[in-house]
Amino acid sequence: MNKTLTKVLWYCLLSVVALFFLIPVFIILINSFKSRFVIMSEPFSLPMKESFVGLTNYFSGIEASGFFKAFGISLFVTVLSVTLIIVCSSMTAWYITRRKTIFTKMLYFAFVFSMIVPFQMVMYTLTYVAVKLNFANPLGIVFIYLGFGAGLSVFMFSGFVKGIPREIEEAATIDGCNSVQTFFRVVFPILKSTTVTVAILNAMWIWNDYLLPYLVLGSKYKTIPVAVQLTMQGAYGNVDWGGFMAMLTLSIIPIIVLYIFLQRYIIEGVLSGAVKG
Amino acid sequence: MKKYAPLFLLPLTLAFLVFFVVPFLGGLILSFTEFTTVENASFVGVENYVKAFTADTGFLNALWFTIKFTIVSVISVNVFAFLLALLLTKSLKGVNFFRTVFFLPNLIGGIVLGYIWNVIINGVLSYFGVDITFDASYGFWGLVILMNWQMIGYMMIIYIAGLQSVDRGLIEAAHIDGANHISALWHVTIPSLMPSVTICTFLTLTNSFKLFDQNLALTGGAPGKETSMLALDIYDTFYGRIGWQGVGQAKAVVFFVIVALIALVQLKLTRSREVEV
Repeated sequence: MNKTLTKVLWYCLLSVVALFFLIPVFIILINSFKSRFVIMSEPFSLPMKESFVGLTNYFSGIEASGFFKAFGISLFVTVLSVTLIIVCSSMTAWYITRRKTIFTKMLYFAFVFSMIVPFQMVMYTLTYVAVKLNFANPLGIVFIYLGFGAGLSVFMFSGFVKGIPREIEEAATIDGCNSVQTFFRVVFPILKSTTVTVAILNAMWIWNDYLLPYLVLGSKYKTIPVAVQLTMQGAYGNVDWGGFMAMLTLSIIPIIVLYIFLQRYIIEGVLSGAVKG
Repeated sequence: MKKYAPLFLLPLTLAFLVFFVVPFLGGLILSFTEFTTVENASFVGVENYVKAFTADTGFLNALWFTIKFTIVSVISVNVFAFLLALLLTKSLKGVNFFRTVFFLPNLIGGIVLGYIWNVIINGVLSYFGVDITFDASYGFWGLVILMNWQMIGYMMIIYIAGLQSVDRGLIEAAHIDGANHISALWHVTIPSLMPSVTICTFLTLTNSFKLFDQNLALTGGAPGKETSMLALDIYDTFYGRIGWQGVGQAKAVVFFVIVALIALVQLKLTRSREVEV
């Protein structure tokens, strides 16, 4: 009897905590269906007859912020950057782990060093370089992310490569593979679990990144976080709260959908990233 | 292998060189110059560093605010995350559901997260006729709540993994020797969990210290600049005051040095522990 009671208590406690985690998202969701004039005066009420406006906020929010274009740009930048980071940093990590020279050791050190440098340190000069070299566009920013994501990704891939027995690669060489074939046919498939981790960590960072796309792409090619911030910043206090709530909801939905399908990978990826990084 | 070196190393190294190494070194040099565009930089020695600390109280205020925020966040996030991890490692049904829910906020980007809490906190405060920019302490506790909401689930996952690897035999042995739940937890579980505690402490420490997006979206530094953290203060110095770019860069270098010192301490702590084990 006592045991059941404790269990019930635990569940009550967990449910209360779960509410704390879910309610903020829920409040934004209900407000996105309310008239823009009542959102700020009664933010916690449910949409009732006269305050319910259907999808009006979604139409105005999408139009004002150019949400779908922002979504497209975010998707383009994230997918391309993550792909490039995975291919390039796994190749580099394998090479510098297997061929130890002074040069590769220095390179590895530089990559690890870059992990501790906060973005503010390079923000101004990086923007300058990007503009000068004509990289201040959605394709160019992909290469900036490549240079920036290199540190963590090389570090994680190297950690894994160290654990792969060399005999496997030697066998491939004896069978007539050159380095490129050995890497892509033998090593890269073995790296799969690390690849998933690196992909998830970088995707989460790039998708949500605000400052770099804001400085480099500006309002011309808004990503989702930039669109959200600029909607607020550009309104100068005269905000369409309804449209803004709709925008917040729309920017959370893709993340939740992806999380529902990939949660096992996401949680494992983040966990192994934290433990190694 | 050697003849393929350019293929394996060049793409990543080039991006890294152009978008990290050059901006980093450039930033270091520019911190000793006065400039409005990079081309018109003139050497001024350590004047920027002196100005950063003495010209106004903005930087020191931000430093103090950041330190206070970091201490409160690190403690609260880790205590709550650890307690939740303890709850979720009890053999209850539906644990996975709760784990999934608690981790969700971690996937939402800083800007969106900041505005979610901006709406909620302002909604609550509106009943008292004020808003979050009314007093710096509102912004402070708002940021702490936000940080807890975002980070607890993430840290909880690491603690759960740590708890699951604690030797059950040790805990049973402690119970046989007459220890109750609390003392078994204190003398057996927590000591064997120290690696997780180190990881979580440093993850929350660096994340709190470098916070930018959430700060920008939640308070924007208001009232005045009282709730500006270091990263936001640096940003404002760069882009808010013409002719102060050099000072902004000097502040960024100081910021980098502090972050690097934290990372070095972490490295030392994890290394010494590895030797012990």
